[in-house]
Amino acid sequence: MNPVVMQLTVRGLLGRRRSVLLLILPALLLGLAALTRWAADGSPSASAGLTGDFAMGTLLPLMCLLVGTGVIGPEIDDGSIVYLLAKPVPRRTILLSKLAVALGATVVLAVLPIMAGAAIAGDEGFRLTAAYGLAALLAGVTYTTIFVTLSVLTRNAVIAGLLYALLWESVLGGFVPGVRDASVRQWALAAAERVLGPDAAGWGVQSDVSMPAGLILLAVVTVGATWLAIARLKTLRLTAAD
Amino acid sequence: MSAIVLDKVSRWYGNVVAVNDVTMTVGPGITGLLGPNGAGKSTLISMMGGFLAPSAGIVALDGGHVWKNPEIYRRIGLVPEAEAMYDTATGAQFLLANARLHGLADPGAAARRALELVEMVEPSDRAIATYSKGMKQRIKMATALVHDPAVLLLDEPFNGMDPRQRLHLMDLLRRLAAEGRTVLFSSHILEEVEQIADTIEVLVAGRHAASGDYRRIRRLMTERPHRYTLASSDDRALGAALVADGAADGVTLAGGALLVQASDFGRFVHALPRVARDAGVRLRDVSPSDESLESVFAYLVAR
Repeated sequence: MNPVVMQLTVRGLLGRRRSVLLLILPALLLGLAALTRWAADGSPSASAGLTGDFAMGTLLPLMCLLVGTGVIGPEIDDGSIVYLLAKPVPRRTILLSKLAVALGATVVLAVLPIMAGAAIAGDEGFRLTAAYGLAALLAGVTYTTIFVTLSVLTRNAVIAGLLYALLWESVLGGFVPGVRDASVRQWALAAAERVLGPDAAGWGVQSDVSMPAGLILLAVVTVGATWLAIARLKTLRLTAAD
Repeated sequence: MSAIVLDKVSRWYGNVVAVNDVTMTVGPGITGLLGPNGAGKSTLISMMGGFLAPSAGIVALDGGHVWKNPEIYRRIGLVPEAEAMYDTATGAQFLLANARLHGLADPGAAARRALELVEMVEPSDRAIATYSKGMKQRIKMATALVHDPAVLLLDEPFNGMDPRQRLHLMDLLRRLAAEGRTVLFSSHILEEVEQIADTIEVLVAGRHAASGDYRRIRRLMTERPHRYTLASSDDRALGAALVADGAADGVTLAGGALLVQASDFGRFVHALPRVARDAGVRLRDVSPSDESLESVFAYLVAR
């Protein structure tokens, strides 16, 4: 890790206009959570519905997309990444520093609000909060890493990521059973299901994969994506259209 | 003293050859990389700076490979053509970050020294976003100089500068070269290059077209045959008179115009009005038909 790279990354992530979205989306979730509590009188299954569908299915991938494509993609696009690359700092260190900032931002801006949302909307002894917190953390780490890698691989990372998050994870995952086995969300939910134990089915927390399989798949994808991003950054082509 | 050595370097993108079999050594002093737009100058500088792998050949700095070797950046300072920087930071913050990324012993002092070198100390507490183009260019220079590199690579550094800024940068580059550094900059303007470069390397359509000091390049460029298109009251008589006078090497009558080829530019322009008057021919139009820089370069390549 390189503290200077991390500082510049934080500045870039929060200094852009779209960083406003990073605050609006979690605020929206907390507002909906308060509404849900008021309407359903704090029932854990209503809370599980909001958290499972909106928070995990839509908010988390979107937040990870905003964060993941915001830490390195804009610098590659406008060419200012050259000021980091033209330094005697290993490219691996540059990428890992940026990834660390992205993961930190994901935890603070997405995982913690999702936990708060579950607690506000309705919970029993914070069990739902803990279960969804774990699932959001696992899914958030993997999503963010995927999106960071995408933005090193392609200039169209935002569009590619949006298609992936909306089509693959949300829509196809809802209709095509086979796709659900290959979905970050399902892998992470396996952990939530295990934490809740016998109550999981009653609250509608279900995953199509077992917890060990889910954790292994999450780890493989996260590590693989990180490795790919480092390899790509080492040979990143930096030249104007000459 | 450092030198960048290119040995039979080529770079192609798919079917397009951007740099074609270039061999050159860039040593201490100022070297100007001259060529029209699209000649492959940026591609060549990218390869020298370790940002692009040569498709064939070797780029080396003091005997060590440049590609995939971040350690070279302790000796190389790079001024990219791209304008973008970390705009929300102030000039001073950005310089300090660059100095710290280099792992310098006293980054604060190094950042200050670099800002003084480009005369940007006073505005350095303002955000980079508020700077003019010329100020940004100077901050870019400062980031490239912050670690006191032996080699400085500049991609089109004079683009968009006003005359005063241009003189200032030329002066700075001369001082850096006088200290024994290797300075290479690219440009598509001959006058710019010949004002400060000790050595000129001409790149045209990806090929190394000519190399030498500015006098040699200038001679190559002025001694080429010049072509003019003339219109007059009697093209046939004027053409005959020009050839008889010896001011023109060849004339062609085509499509109601007189095409003239002259190898001695100075002699032709002085002779033309005199010859026309003596022959009693009225000149209606005289226009150079190949004065574009591209045609000058094309001539160099064809030689």
